[in-house]
Amino acid sequence: MADNIKRITKMAGKHSVQFHEPPSIISVSSIAGKKEGEGPLGSYFDVVHEDPMVGKKTWEEAESEFMKQAAEKALEKANLKNTDIRYIIGGDLLGQLIATSFGIAELQIPMFGVFGACSTMGESMILGAMLVDGGYAKKVIAITSSHFAGAEKQFRYPLDYGNQRPYSASWTVTGSGAAVIACQKDAKNQGFNTDIIIPGATVGKIVDFGIKDNMNMGAAMVPAAFDTIKQNFEDFGVKPDYYDKIITGDLGYVGSEILVDMLKEKGYDISNNHMDCGVEIYDQNEQDTHAGGSGCSCSAITFAGYVMKRLRDKEWKRVLFVPTGALLSQVSFNEGKTIPGIAHGVIVESR
Amino acid sequence: MANQQKKSTMSDVVREKDVEKRNESYKQYVEQTTPKFSCFKNCVNAFIVGGLICTLGQFLVNLYMSMGADKETAKLYNILTLVFLSILLTGIGIYQKLAKFGGAGTLVPITGFANSVAAPAVEYKQEGQVFGIGCKIFTISGPVILYGIFSSWVLGLVYYIYTLIK
Repeated sequence: MADNIKRITKMAGKHSVQFHEPPSIISVSSIAGKKEGEGPLGSYFDVVHEDPMVGKKTWEEAESEFMKQAAEKALEKANLKNTDIRYIIGGDLLGQLIATSFGIAELQIPMFGVFGACSTMGESMILGAMLVDGGYAKKVIAITSSHFAGAEKQFRYPLDYGNQRPYSASWTVTGSGAAVIACQKDAKNQGFNTDIIIPGATVGKIVDFGIKDNMNMGAAMVPAAFDTIKQNFEDFGVKPDYYDKIITGDLGYVGSEILVDMLKEKGYDISNNHMDCGVEIYDQNEQDTHAGGSGCSCSAITFAGYVMKRLRDKEWKRVLFVPTGALLSQVSFNEGKTIPGIAHGVIVESR
Repeated sequence: MANQQKKSTMSDVVREKDVEKRNESYKQYVEQTTPKFSCFKNCVNAFIVGGLICTLGQFLVNLYMSMGADKETAKLYNILTLVFLSILLTGIGIYQKLAKFGGAGTLVPITGFANSVAAPAVEYKQEGQVFGIGCKIFTISGPVILYGIFSSWVLGLVYYIYTLIK
């Protein structure tokens, strides 16, 4: 069991990290779009915007606005100012991360821009936790966003183009999620609730099983999720039931089934405690979202809104949050390359 | 080939050491587990929608002829009308809904081409008249224009050679 691992090193196994004084998540925020607000998790989000352009002129500006609001909301909920945050780690799906850059520029917080496609929330949280645990910051923000229209424009077709989407296609979530990660001791002294902690994480590597179909991203990302989850079990010496929930990002209906089968082959049965944000965020029948939700904010707002509530209410004690990303671009797809996947696993505990 | 008929199991995928074989196995496994649309149902929908559009076209030709136009002019006006209707419906957001149901039924007639030009025009307006609309308006229809003209040229050449030989 993890408790028996000698706590003399912060490295756990081959790819994981364990924190001796686990950083706390002291505040989270979730800003969602209309479709997400109408979905099964609608009531869990802090803010739902009916207007997908949130009063802006372009989709990209709108996504920046979602992100700005997510950062401000997370600060507001913790009664913090932007000057209290030492670093912000964030990313999005757009080229050159323009949604992030324009979104958080006003906050004037030193920034690390990261790209992990839809796994960005996991990547940001791990890096944020590492910065805090390493003593490089007392408080950081991990943030990400995505926008349906912006993503369609970047990766697929103009919105009004008449095409048919296959059943395996997913729907990019419009929204932004943020988490304030703080030094546990420091935050506790300041009166924050430090019950939710990040004891460790497993950093993912690129895994590619040769899928080329960009209309079936779930299947493309499964091998990466499989690799990270398996690695997490091995690095920490635990079994699936160590976690109340193993939460993947956007494998969707198709991908979830494949993941469970794949892990079963290795002797890990996660069929009882697996959950996928892409599956949970929309009602497949009512909202015509085919394979489920995707995008950076799919995992981010589901985690910030729904998962964090379950953790705070002590319904779940420990979860493994594994957002998954597909590292392709329009160019790589056109040039006939495969879709490499990546998944980052964050252990989140409620004490 | 016999290999392609055999069903792939997850066990095959996970135990396969050779990367290429594993990928092939995985691709097949995904193929098996991914739900697909009923091809038959798609064809029926496309037939109905495409048929209705073409019927509308014929009605328009008859209408214009009854208004005094000769056959060629009536056909021209018919095309103009269908293109106009596609662009209008694209602009107000209805075309996409029709196309989702109709598939090839909306894509194959001239309506598909009109929509493929109108949709990017709407999308890229924000990037300016020159670099936005100007550069990107033909992103989807580009291949149709290029290869349509090119194949006409090839056939023209073939026909020319044929007349020379005759």
